[in-house]
Amino acid sequence: MFGAGGGTSSYQEIEETDLIVLWGSNARETHPIFFHHVLKGVHAGARLVVVDPRRTSSAQWADNWLGIDVGTDVGLANTIAREIIHAGLHNREFIDRATTGFEEFAANVEQYTLEEGEKITGIPAEIIRDVAHAYARADRAQICWTLGITEHHNAVDNVLALINLALLCGHVGRWGSGLNPLRGQNNVQGGGDMGAIPNRLPGFQDLEKDHEARTKFERAWGVEIQPRYGWHLTQMFEAMERGDLTALYVIGENPAQSEADTTRAWELLEGLGHLVVQDIFLTATAELAHVVLPASASWCEAEGTVTNSERRVQRVRKALEPPGQAHDDIEIIAELGTRLGYPMGWSTSEDAWTELRSLSPMHAGMTYPRLEELGGIQWPCVDEQDPGSPFLHGRLWADPLEGPPAPFHAVDQAPPVDELTEDSRATATRRRCAGRRRSTSRRRTASASTSSRASGFRSPRAAGP
Amino acid sequence: MSAVPVTLRRVVELEIDGQTVRAMEGQTILQAVRALDVEIPTLCWGETLTPVNACRVCMVEVEGSRVLVPSCARKVEPGMVVRTNGDRVRHSRKMVLEFLASSVDLSTTPNAARWIEEYGAEPDRYGPAAPPAAAGERDRAHAGHHHPGDGQTAATVAQPVKIDNESYVRDYSKCILCYKCVEGCGEDWQNTFAIAVAGRGFDARIATEFDAPLPDSACVYCGNCIAVCPTGALMFKSEYDLRHAGQWDEERQTQTDTICPYCGVGCELTLHVQDNEIVKVTSPLDHSVTHGNLCVKGRFGFQFVQNREKR
Amino acid sequence: MDLRLHDTEPTSVERAAVDGVLGPPATAWEGAERSPLDGRVASTGHAARAQRHLLLPTLHAVQDRVGWISPAALDYVCKRLLIPPAEAYGVASFYSLFALEPRPATVAHVCTDIACMTRGATDFCKRLQDAGVDWLESPCLGMCERAPAALVIEAGEEPREAVLAPASVDSVVAAMDGDAPEPEAPEIRQATGLRLLRRVGLADPTSLDSYRAHGGYSALRAAFELGPAGVIREVTDSKLLGRGGAAFPTGRKWDAVARHPVRPHYLVCNADESEPGTFKDRIVIESDPFALVEAMTIAGYATGCEHGYVYLRGEYPLAWKRLQQAVTQARARGLLGDDILGQGVRFDIELRKGAGAYICGEETALFNSIEGFRGEPRNKPPFPVDEGLHGKPTVVNNVESLLNVLDIVLEGGAAFAQIGTEESTGTRLFCLCGCVQRPGLYEAPFGITLGELLDLAGGVLQGRELRSILLGGAAGVFVGPDKLDLELSFEATRAAGATLGSGVVMVFDDTVELAPILLRIAAFFRDESCGQCVPCRVGTVRQQEALLRLANGKPRGGVKTELALLGEITTAMRDASICGLGQTAANAIDSALHGLNAFPTEEAM
Repeated sequence: MFGAGGGTSSYQEIEETDLIVLWGSNARETHPIFFHHVLKGVHAGARLVVVDPRRTSSAQWADNWLGIDVGTDVGLANTIAREIIHAGLHNREFIDRATTGFEEFAANVEQYTLEEGEKITGIPAEIIRDVAHAYARADRAQICWTLGITEHHNAVDNVLALINLALLCGHVGRWGSGLNPLRGQNNVQGGGDMGAIPNRLPGFQDLEKDHEARTKFERAWGVEIQPRYGWHLTQMFEAMERGDLTALYVIGENPAQSEADTTRAWELLEGLGHLVVQDIFLTATAELAHVVLPASASWCEAEGTVTNSERRVQRVRKALEPPGQAHDDIEIIAELGTRLGYPMGWSTSEDAWTELRSLSPMHAGMTYPRLEELGGIQWPCVDEQDPGSPFLHGRLWADPLEGPPAPFHAVDQAPPVDELTEDSRATATRRRCAGRRRSTSRRRTASASTSSRASGFRSPRAAGP
Repeated sequence: MSAVPVTLRRVVELEIDGQTVRAMEGQTILQAVRALDVEIPTLCWGETLTPVNACRVCMVEVEGSRVLVPSCARKVEPGMVVRTNGDRVRHSRKMVLEFLASSVDLSTTPNAARWIEEYGAEPDRYGPAAPPAAAGERDRAHAGHHHPGDGQTAATVAQPVKIDNESYVRDYSKCILCYKCVEGCGEDWQNTFAIAVAGRGFDARIATEFDAPLPDSACVYCGNCIAVCPTGALMFKSEYDLRHAGQWDEERQTQTDTICPYCGVGCELTLHVQDNEIVKVTSPLDHSVTHGNLCVKGRFGFQFVQNREKR
Repeated sequence: MDLRLHDTEPTSVERAAVDGVLGPPATAWEGAERSPLDGRVASTGHAARAQRHLLLPTLHAVQDRVGWISPAALDYVCKRLLIPPAEAYGVASFYSLFALEPRPATVAHVCTDIACMTRGATDFCKRLQDAGVDWLESPCLGMCERAPAALVIEAGEEPREAVLAPASVDSVVAAMDGDAPEPEAPEIRQATGLRLLRRVGLADPTSLDSYRAHGGYSALRAAFELGPAGVIREVTDSKLLGRGGAAFPTGRKWDAVARHPVRPHYLVCNADESEPGTFKDRIVIESDPFALVEAMTIAGYATGCEHGYVYLRGEYPLAWKRLQQAVTQARARGLLGDDILGQGVRFDIELRKGAGAYICGEETALFNSIEGFRGEPRNKPPFPVDEGLHGKPTVVNNVESLLNVLDIVLEGGAAFAQIGTEESTGTRLFCLCGCVQRPGLYEAPFGITLGELLDLAGGVLQGRELRSILLGGAAGVFVGPDKLDLELSFEATRAAGATLGSGVVMVFDDTVELAPILLRIAAFFRDESCGQCVPCRVGTVRQQEALLRLANGKPRGGVKTELALLGEITTAMRDASICGLGQTAANAIDSALHGLNAFPTEEAM
């Protein structure tokens, strides 16, 4: 948000807030321990609003469940925004001091009257109004979301629409108020932190625009870094289709099964000139590979760090000896580097981490001993005296404002890719599972990820002595 | 710039066993006493749970109080005079231990044997144990009605172990009714409320509705009840099986903290490993993410690294 | 909240019983036909969960209608009230009047408790058995002055409850066949000195006008004249001590709540009279219910409570009916509601019925019971004046304590304090029962001696010899005939190691064997222990077992060893139990063992 890709708040803040919005998230089942924090908040009196096409188990705890039509998230958010503005409940002072683009935003949401909102989302205008007022009037409020927001063709707009609400009411940058994407998989956040995204170097340093950072890495690594963004997964498949991408090194991912269009993915992967898969299982993708590198399970057969949804960098440790020929990912990568003529100069995870700390300012203060001692540290943590950052963007409340203002983004409701028919609403979320939008809910052990972890044993739900 | 709020706490001065002690307002007597490195036995107390003060083994004497007070629940007050080990206290601890040991199987309760000796408890003086109940018998007991017997045997809670799923077992012969599992499953943490205390008096028991088997109940197998059980009444099936095979050996086990591999919440796991196999998973009570709790995935979803033949 | 229900369908009768209390379901999520709106919005958060206090009345409705609470009925209750099934089951199984297995629609609960034992209950039960009557043992039904007693309950569309006292095999059989006698009006066998009982038998308990004609509602007007602070001042000056057993100064309790900044405040009248041998609240409510309503209104006015509860024990059908009538009439006449007597005072009363649990007479257990939880006592502190019902400041008073307020407000606290003794002011209601000529409810100023009180009731039966007197009920203390000079006041009984408790004076003569009485008391506490704390849950069992061994003449290691063991159990229960039940569960037995030498040791024999 506003620069760094991470949730703004700590779990603890969810317990100490007055209103919680779970938008496109069934945290009760998908993030059960996060939901413990939600329930602490609820028991302390917080109002819970759940926006989800299905009345999920999370929604059953809600003071208001809003069962919107699939894909009408922006419509709902904009309607809420217009109502807040028309009721005069927006935080004018905060908006003036800490944001830009309000006028344009306000003009854009003007068309989203309550009546229009009801038409778009299916939610009675009355209820939208009530929720809008509650969010705006709350002293502290949190919006949390998961794949119900992000796994859409217009996911970016969805997220921006939610950010707009927080800016409108000043519900960000204060203890108890914030915006929190709940990460679907372990270390999704950490992958981004470490630069495993096509446009950022470790520590969210811009690959193209931040010349200084790039130079810093080049000096440290003694190589030249291409000054342009790489491909993300969709683009990679497009490149395979074009024949521009012929060799692929897949680590701990199973695109042959996890891609929306598996038939296409399968064909393209099969057509590659060289496919290397490094995994703990012989996955469907691995079965297509030219070379399979057996890896150890990163969470219990290796050392390292991960980052969770509250930006907490945490240590994973080795508890078991990996089976057979399996090796720690970091050993494999280091060995590969050496064999390719680039010895990386480190062999343990701590070595790699120490190098990372020297290059990523937001991780600089996180030594292994400190991570151990503090039970993880939330970034940014700039030096070894820094306790880490429970919440982000406190600067927006500084007067005068520190750093750049936070921008509003005028976004509009876009129709879903698949047209909804009258009788398809009930099955829409099932389509979401099958289509580009995977359902966010009802994942238990038996169905987590692509079932690779769970398919080797029976579900605990399987009854009988 | 806004900041993380800080709660102001006053310092309270009180006397414990003749010593002047400073504690923080809002702390319990137990916390103040433990800071002195004095042991007070506890069973139903859990550091992450609301005190129910049901077991009454932590009772202490507070000057001016007609009865003993539960140190686990009673907050310190300025000028309080506390005695943790006087005759009244020792007698009440001895009796509570006798009551428990004569009615419940404490064989897997940590420290029980040591406390029984330390307080001179004689559970045998209530006579031989009455025959165990048949399966389901205690679950059908009607409040306000009991069979008194003739007093020649001591009533117990002994009954067959309940094994109705592959994750964990419930051996209520070992249940001291500390309420911790109910709290962990309920409002303190999991809020699933699959179990509650049912019945009344000596027939009170931990139960699902109408004693439904766990797979038919609301249980989500988070195992947060096992995590807080102080007696081993609730146990990982893996531990239960190893114990029955005579292979459970804590000396040979290592405990390693790591992070759960499933979702992005970042739950801290403690892997209990014996012979390169995970035999149990817990979570540190003092961790800000989990407070000792996990979900079914973190708690039981470790088999995929053990299915060696599959890999 | 997310419940996992069993999706079993309740019968239409079960559904109607639940809906009768809660109204028809509003949404498909609660069991209504699905409407388009149900697929769009739902509100099952705080407000829905706040319905939990309706659990007990709803369970009663099912029990009353069907005769038991089936899994499907419980499931539907849970769906309607958003209560997890395991929790609801835990609550239902806590109460002895609820059945969780099918049983006949008509059931006779026969009192086997100590007062009835002195009046032939044991034989009576045998005769019932021989006659093939289907009956259940019951703890004291609070009909001790007309022992032996039975309560016949018939579930159905028109549920019926019949109290039979004195009960006979024929009357029980007839009642179970639907032929129950009209309930008898309570009788006061004392001509003079009545204050609290002055209207009993004179005023029509079903008529507000009759109550007014006998001086009713003059106290409320006087209270409005005094203002809330004035009322509290008079109550404080009266030195009124609570009559529920703990003898706490009522004025202090009221003052603490009145001053408490947290709102709302609640008033709770504890009418869960279940102490074996006690029947005073029943008689007062059956015969003078408006007095309680008026007294509560004054208490609510003085302490800033707008909401009052009466928690009446479930075994008092007539009292329940009278109280319902009284509250309804008072409401209709503007004596309860939003603007009482045009004074802008708001106060109303909700009635709650217990379901067979002695422990719910403990004030914090009572709160839990009202709130829809198991009737388990809470840890104190916090005390009810700070965190009581629903966690709010709460005045909780016994029926008798509240009744005294009427005279205090009318006469002034100082005048009230002239009655009785220095520390125990006013009069006391005494439940005389057991082996006396005229068992019944008596009122006397504190300071009357035990002997004088017995004389009021005509003494022991002709030709019998007084052996012992149980003061204060099962949680009380046995005294011998040497204690007839004991002055009945809080201070004098305390000094003598006795107690007034709930005002029980139960007399035993030479025809009554002590051992079975003690065993029944032990059984009572084992049955009524809520089971929460170890000293009481197991202690009551071990106490019973030791007494059984003694009574059967098979002590382990000799009588002396057993007595020492019982002494140790007594001490632990007294010192370490959570609440008054456990703390006093060994009192009566202990006093009989030592004061009455119930089981002489080998040396003494």
